[in-house]
Amino acid sequence: MTPAVIMAALVVLGLIAYGVLAGADFGGGILDALARGPRRDAQRDAISHAMGPVWEANHVWLIFVIVLLFTGFPRAFYALGAALFVPFHLALAGITLRGGAFVFRAYGPRESASLRVWGRVFGIASVLTPVLLGTCLGAVSSGRVRVRADDELMAGADAWHSPFALVIGLFALSLCAYLAAVFLTVETDGELRDDFRRHALGIGTVVVALSAALIPWVFVAAPHLGAGLLSPRALPVLLVGAVAALASGYGLYRRRFTLARAATVVQVACLLGGWALAQYPFLIYPDVSLVGAAAPSATLNAVLVTIPPGLALLLPALWWLFRVFKSTR
Amino acid sequence: MNPLLAARAQMEVSLAFHMVFAAIGIGLPLLMVLAEAIGLRTGDARWRTLARRQARVTAVLFAIGAVSGTALSFELGLLWPRFMRLAGPVVGPTFALEGYAFFLEAIFLGLYLYGWDRLSPRAHLLAGAGVAVTGMLSGAFVVAVNAWMQCPPPSSLVTLDPWATFRSAAWINMAVHSTLSCYVSVGFAVAGAAAWSLLRKRPGDWHRPALSLSLSMASVAAVLQLASGDRIAKMVAVTQPVKLAAMEAHFDTARGAAIALGGLVDQDAAVLHGAVTVPKVLSVLAFGDPDATVRGLNDFPRDLWPRVAIVHTAFDVMVSAGTFLVALSAAWWIWRFRTRAAPEAPVPVWLLRALVFAAPLGFIALEAGWLVTEAGRQPWTIQGVLRTADAATRSPHAVVTFATFSALYVFLGAVVVGMLRYLARTPVKSSEPQP
Ligand code: HDD
Ligand code: HEM
Ligand code: HEM
Repeated sequence: MTPAVIMAALVVLGLIAYGVLAGADFGGGILDALARGPRRDAQRDAISHAMGPVWEANHVWLIFVIVLLFTGFPRAFYALGAALFVPFHLALAGITLRGGAFVFRAYGPRESASLRVWGRVFGIASVLTPVLLGTCLGAVSSGRVRVRADDELMAGADAWHSPFALVIGLFALSLCAYLAAVFLTVETDGELRDDFRRHALGIGTVVVALSAALIPWVFVAAPHLGAGLLSPRALPVLLVGAVAALASGYGLYRRRFTLARAATVVQVACLLGGWALAQYPFLIYPDVSLVGAAAPSATLNAVLVTIPPGLALLLPALWWLFRVFKSTR
Repeated sequence: MNPLLAARAQMEVSLAFHMVFAAIGIGLPLLMVLAEAIGLRTGDARWRTLARRQARVTAVLFAIGAVSGTALSFELGLLWPRFMRLAGPVVGPTFALEGYAFFLEAIFLGLYLYGWDRLSPRAHLLAGAGVAVTGMLSGAFVVAVNAWMQCPPPSSLVTLDPWATFRSAAWINMAVHSTLSCYVSVGFAVAGAAAWSLLRKRPGDWHRPALSLSLSMASVAAVLQLASGDRIAKMVAVTQPVKLAAMEAHFDTARGAAIALGGLVDQDAAVLHGAVTVPKVLSVLAFGDPDATVRGLNDFPRDLWPRVAIVHTAFDVMVSAGTFLVALSAAWWIWRFRTRAAPEAPVPVWLLRALVFAAPLGFIALEAGWLVTEAGRQPWTIQGVLRTADAATRSPHAVVTFATFSALYVFLGAVVVGMLRYLARTPVKSSEPQP
């Protein structure tokens, strides 16, 4: 493996961590907006209780992805900045409002008016942001973003709002909500747990329906991606993901909630990993390849040598955080 | 407005906004753990109240700092794509180090804020210390990137040395100066808020301890700040002579140059009207020698001049504020020693009023200082290497994003002020935070 490939793998791992952890946080906001019925407030409390201690840490994975991307693949970052100028800005506005709304609601006045306003902002931003980030992934793999040899953008500044990209955005949204609902079944009990289980089963159906629509569509809208998904690199990973998806549904159904949680994590990880393997060796199909966009090896190596000591500090701290707040029952 | 102007304006707004919260994220955790540590030692419950109140404020402000910082890391590439493509390989690894520091900071903060009842007192204090240390480190790392832009070691873009940021002559000086500025600005802001409550005669029992503690931190930092500012000015005189000349609105090269305070700059005519001048002081400040020659702006082509009025005024604002804060620190300690005041003695009204007046000065100096540094570097993004005009995005949407983000930050800023006022008047709930 060359340093560039290792770096790309790290970007994907960061993306998976962000997808699973921050995805569940976004999903929490979506469920918050969907909360209904007699236990509405209890549901919302459970959600902010689960998010409170960890959302800042979960959010840093995105910063890692961005930093690794511009460090390791400056030319790709350059093209993406032009192609995704608008959706990135919109997503940033969403991230900003969401973080603000979360703390304002958590620490602000308990009067219902202010709670309602910030709850609304939190819900809307939690829905829009994952859709936007999903459309960015969709645009990158649609093949419509075209880049000249000097890295200038030729076409594709509109690729993020093509129907294909938008459906990928919706798919990302439903996955986030599913993750959150499944995670919350582990962190609650009694009737609240039943509520989240019901949510999870409902949203899981949406996820399945959207995948059923997306699979044939990929072959029409982005044939290269379709071929990549069927390649021997990606297919096994995707199959594992599909099995995991079944296991997670089964776990929910049979109330084996920790099994469902583990399976859902595997499902999302395989999905993102499989997508990345299908893209390989391109960062932006068909003009920007991993090797072509990579930074000089001195830079790549400099980042890679920081990883072991960095993880040696991070992993114990993360373990401490999750042990204190997530070791439930 | 063309994309270049819009990009510059958006970067200015975003950084100026982020900087306030970043400084609080560095300064406030230190006060918070100091208060908690004193509380643990003395068993005096007021310190714990103080720490919990400061933790609550930290939670809100840190979140705003985190999201505005995330926006910045995207904006670097969105607004300055050519800068990032060229410099990414050099500055990227430093940002990666900063990423680890952020990560640890966010983890420790989660443990601290939500762990009051779940961690042992010692572990809790340790988590708080972790926040303070990693916050300071993340600031020092990101400033290394900026230092490299001010003063890139020769050939670092040829060899693409991934650690060139830490070899920039400016790094240590800037890291020390900007870290101190966080302690100064947060310290005086907290002291001013406490003084305000004491003046209104409805103080909580934690206000007097808050005043002593924050002033102890801020006064030490303010004195060091003065010394560090002097060092940094001497460095700029050598590494960025145009910037130094702009800071002082110094147009004509002179031996034994006078310092000019205030005044109106006429950039086209290259004159400064109505300034107060003190002979020889500029030569001393810049080179430590009353007869040294200080080069003036007229020695350099006009297209290499920054906007002199802005740089000069901002520099005067920073230095006046810094000098005032040092004087105020001195007044505080003189009062304490002269009256041999007990740590809890009532503070005279004139001193409290001066402290209220000083509350925003640290932040004003901090923003002004960054304006000196960044506007003074123009027209360069990387001094001597890459011009800002060449670094900027060409996106036609930049005007819209600038307007939108400015509105967003004004709105968030207003809400944050409202939140702080609300937090100041409500007690800490024992179960907090429990939305
Ligand atoms: C509380 C804030 C504060 C205070 C009281 C001062 N400064 Fe400052 N100054 C800053 C906060 C700051 C800063 C954090 O905003 C800067 C911007 C870049 C940096 O490293 O620190 C800065 C930059 C900065 C620069 C430009 C460095 C460059 O362009 O690379 C100089 C020459 C000084 N300072 C000098 C001084 C002097 C002589 C002071 C005397 C009182 C002073 N500062 C007080
Ligand atoms: C272009 C410049 C900058 C970028 C791209 C940037 C980026 C970021 C990012 C991504 C975060 C969020 C981290 C998290 O989620 O915890 C952040 C927060 C922070 N930044 Fe910045 N930053 C910049 C300038 C600065 C400067 C100049 C300083 C200090 C001198 C600074 C100090 C901090 C600190 C201490 C935090 C922690 C969060 C907080 O306390 O609010 N940053 N920054
Ligand atoms: C945190 C405090 C900072 C503040 C308040 C600040 C302020 C500014 C301002 C006012 C400008 C616009 C200059 C002008 O148009 O006249 C600017 C530009 C810029 N700054 Fe900084 N800056 C800070 C730190 C940083 C850091 C740490 C970095 C790098 C990592 C950075 C990177 C840039 C870039 C790339 C530009 C655009 C190019 C330029 O106009 O020079 N800044 N900044």
